Amino acid sequence: MTTTQDIHAPDFLAGDEFSIPTFRLLRQDGTLFEGAEAPTLERDQALKIYRTMIATRVLDERMMAAQRQGRLSFYMQCTGEEAAVIGAAAALDDADMIMSQYREQGALVYRGFSYDEFMNQLFGNELDYGKGRQMPIHYGSRKLHYMTISSPLATQIPQAAGYAYGQKMAGDGHCTLCFFGEGAASEGDFHAALNMAAVHEVPVIFFCRNNGYAISTPSIEQFAADGVAPRAFGYRMHVIRVDGNDILAVLSATREARRIAVEENQPVLIEAMTYRLAAHSSSDDPSGYRSKKEEEAWREKDPILRMQHWLVAQGWWNDDEEKSLQESLRREVLETMKRAEKRPPPPLDSLVTDVYADVTPALQRQLDRLKTHIRKYPEAYPRGARSLDPDVSAHDDAANEGGA
Amino acid sequence: MPTMNMLQAINNALDIAMAEDEKVICFGEDVGFFGGVFRATSHLQEKYGRARCFNTPLVEQGIIGFANGLAAQGSVPVAEIQFADYIFPAFDQIVNETAKYRYRSGDLFNVGGLTIRAPYGGGISGGHYHSQSPEAYFAHTPGLKIVVPRNPYQAKGLLLSAIRDPDPVLFFEPKRLYRASTGEVPEEDYQLPIGEAEVIREGTDITVLGWGAQMEVIERAVELAEKEGISCEVIDLRSILPWDEDTVAESVLKTGRLVITHEAPLTGGFAGEIAATIQERCFLYLESPIARVTGLDTPFPLTLEKEYLPDHLKIFEAIKASVAF
Repeated sequence: MTTTQDIHAPDFLAGDEFSIPTFRLLRQDGTLFEGAEAPTLERDQALKIYRTMIATRVLDERMMAAQRQGRLSFYMQCTGEEAAVIGAAAALDDADMIMSQYREQGALVYRGFSYDEFMNQLFGNELDYGKGRQMPIHYGSRKLHYMTISSPLATQIPQAAGYAYGQKMAGDGHCTLCFFGEGAASEGDFHAALNMAAVHEVPVIFFCRNNGYAISTPSIEQFAADGVAPRAFGYRMHVIRVDGNDILAVLSATREARRIAVEENQPVLIEAMTYRLAAHSSSDDPSGYRSKKEEEAWREKDPILRMQHWLVAQGWWNDDEEKSLQESLRREVLETMKRAEKRPPPPLDSLVTDVYADVTPALQRQLDRLKTHIRKYPEAYPRGARSLDPDVSAHDDAANEGGA
Repeated sequence: MPTMNMLQAINNALDIAMAEDEKVICFGEDVGFFGGVFRATSHLQEKYGRARCFNTPLVEQGIIGFANGLAAQGSVPVAEIQFADYIFPAFDQIVNETAKYRYRSGDLFNVGGLTIRAPYGGGISGGHYHSQSPEAYFAHTPGLKIVVPRNPYQAKGLLLSAIRDPDPVLFFEPKRLYRASTGEVPEEDYQLPIGEAEVIREGTDITVLGWGAQMEVIERAVELAEKEGISCEVIDLRSILPWDEDTVAESVLKTGRLVITHEAPLTGGFAGEIAATIQERCFLYLESPIARVTGLDTPFPLTLEKEYLPDHLKIFEAIKASVAF
């Protein structure tokens, strides 16, 4: 329904009448802002969040290095956005669905996805749940309620609305949280999703990571308005802007968003203001479009350091614990990487399974032809040949090293 | 056995599916209380409530994105796109998401419950955007199933199969036949197989192949041909993807000749795929080139619609030319 009041002169509005404040609790030195109140956070959960942030950063730094060494075909870091992503995940019930864009591995770490599970996907080996079919970082986990990632931007946003509608129908008290960047919010699917979610009153949290850049495009070339948050008004949706480098603010805002979603069956938009400290991906060099000075300024606002200062002030963390955690995680990443690299690729038959629930006759014929061909030229197709004939696989192990 | 038109048969199939499984949810533009612009969803909201049969905002990519999520959650969405001509805004969701959901996740997740219904085809003075037959665009996409019924009996049986199929199905309904095609339709539940063609008339001289609304046109062409002593074998493909190569090949091995017809334009149309496959499988048995009788390589026209369409006379001429080759 549209409500309006009459005016009798052409008085245009530009939206400048609204300004959306940023919700912040924690200063960079780990103290609370005046009048700010920390959300209820038990020591155990606080430490779990912090360890997840460190584990994510250690994984990211090691795997970007591995990509640079040519051991991995592609990588993307979450660096600088750990508080936004992990704070949001920590505010959810573990059985709530998370739908991601691609820079939210921290949420998976929080839910217990192991380094082995990450590595198996990154190297696309026989243990990868995705059977080596997608590029690195396209994780998914059914048991952890984490939807498999796909590359097309924003497609998961209307899907999250539909998933949440199903949750509402099932009446099990769960919601869906959907991550996306401020660049993806320019896609038509963003509009479609927010409008449908508001009209159909679904328990979904749209979580925008506004990190200032979509690859090389600064947000000033992404939108003319005051960020993404004001768009919620057009859909009549609850909205909040939060300091994405402030773990306490993100946790507190997302908890309240979850309450609104689940108890009131209303969608919520959260815009987390943060900064993409790393390159967009291993295929990108940000020095071509932004200054070192700008990056340095944001490095000083590191969300991990901010939380570390707070934890130390609580008496929950110290330098020795920090050092030992960092060391053990680095060791673990290296060990799991070596394990995953050595594992064989998925079997050749996995090329044609899961296209449909059952392999169609036409697809079976195509696979049979391929097998005949590979048997003729096994040296040219070492990955595929090894699952056809064991003797070929042993012979080609050396040729099998390197990128995917 | 009651007589139904195609819309009544579709409505009846949706009714049965919704009564049987509360996870079945129907939605789209004007699908709710109004029952759809063609009335395919009449009375479903009344019977099953607004939560299971509802209007969506006017946004095709949203409808299919929403449907993908709902299907991934375990529900059984039956999404309607008002005209097949307007399915293109959802092309990305269908091709990059729906079709690849199971494969890309290693079967952790799937949208197998999804059915997308869309009225297609010309002959109703629909011009550019109420006449198109987009099946070939989707036939190039592994992971999708595409089904086109030719009459009310088929529409009901195939739609029930589509809704219960473990894979996502695009269900194109020949809107020219919505009310024009009537026939006996069992009131009870039944299914027709997806992926199987149907030989609807046996013959020895030539195989004539089509689907959907074109089957009626083929019937008229074949009657003319039979009068001239040409014995035609008529096949309704029914499923565009996956398509029944074996039934078509078996027929052509017997007759040695093949005419394929569809409303969509010639270049890149699905007849090209069939022709290539059949010449590969039946090369030594073909006695004339495989003929394609299709729409022209133009946008679908308004005033000259009759001239554009591959009607019975064009098919009749193609049959004669093939036999006389």
